[in-house]
Amino acid sequence: MSFLSSNVSITNYIVNGQLEEPVAETIFERLSSHVIEDIDGEATDKSVGWTSYDNPFEPDFKGSQFIIGSHFVFSLRIDKKQISPRVILKHYQKELAKKLKETGRDYLNKGEKKAVKDYVITMLYQRIPASPYVYDMVWNYEKSRISFFSNQKTANDEFETLFIKSFNLELIRIFPYTSAFFLQNISDSEKDILNSLKPDSFI
Amino acid sequence: MLDISIAYSRYKFMGFEFLTWLWFTMEMDVNTIQHDEFTEFSIKIGNRMVIENAFHNSMETVTIKGDDAGLEEGMLALRKGGMITEMNMIAVSDRQQWQFTLKGESLAIAALKIQNDVEPENKEDMEAQVIDRIFTCERIIDWIHHLFHQFIKLRLSDKWKNAIIPAMHQWIVKAD
Repeated sequence: MSFLSSNVSITNYIVNGQLEEPVAETIFERLSSHVIEDIDGEATDKSVGWTSYDNPFEPDFKGSQFIIGSHFVFSLRIDKKQISPRVILKHYQKELAKKLKETGRDYLNKGEKKAVKDYVITMLYQRIPASPYVYDMVWNYEKSRISFFSNQKTANDEFETLFIKSFNLELIRIFPYTSAFFLQNISDSEKDILNSLKPDSFI
Repeated sequence: MLDISIAYSRYKFMGFEFLTWLWFTMEMDVNTIQHDEFTEFSIKIGNRMVIENAFHNSMETVTIKGDDAGLEEGMLALRKGGMITEMNMIAVSDRQQWQFTLKGESLAIAALKIQNDVEPENKEDMEAQVIDRIFTCERIIDWIHHLFHQFIKLRLSDKWKNAIIPAMHQWIVKAD
């Protein structure tokens, strides 16, 4: 989801740790080494990587285009290919019939059937284009926090995995417990109370 | 700190209590949640509220929606022991207003509506719009976290059991 659209959803994170100086150069290197790879024409069903927020289908991190004021802004892109099971079945049965005709046999064994199915799936993945999903993120490096512009579980999980893999920093999702735990002016005794807190009733 | 995935499930009730307390505070004394750092914001309830009540082994969910929705049903659900799990809110400043849904279990912001007044004509306009958008989102996030932190300090204090719970109880049972 673009953070510039008129309707956005936001999940917040705290980042633990610092990057190697100069930070902008380190980010450029990490983004470049985990940039999204196009899988159109490939036998792959999924690709996850970073892209530019302002040009997600032609990622370009040169010239520090990901630096906006004091923030780093870039996007997660997930490319996915989905094939309907009915399409797979149709092509599988056609290929199976072709194989039987070629070999002049009445049946194929389990291993041969699996090989046919694998061939059909690979062939279909090569033929269909991937659907791209783009999710923006804004990294306030000074305040060690990130706004990720989606509440979808899959998108957030992919974001967390790629972020940790790319930057080797701890990423903590903000929800009631973590928001309370990382509160600046929370005392040790309050943390003890927090850790043993139980739900209350107002009735 | 507890394991994150365990903490998420175990403490989501804090988010539900927070939203229920927020409604109570908005109704009874909204001045207590005004802060010098966020003088530009005032707050009101938007057009959707979800209340869940877990009793025995079943879950009852009441969803109130619509711009002219009455909140009596919501109060009725609270009277049965329910807690607010999602609340649509409107933050109003002197310049504009933002409407969004706050989810109790995650404190995530959903469907935040922000007006795009001007279509950018060049790169400078675009960058200015991006900076403005970052600033707006951060202000709203900071404000929500400020409200939650105000709640948490209260929740971890003796005042919660001694004053807030009895006052909320009175508010719920006496509401017309």
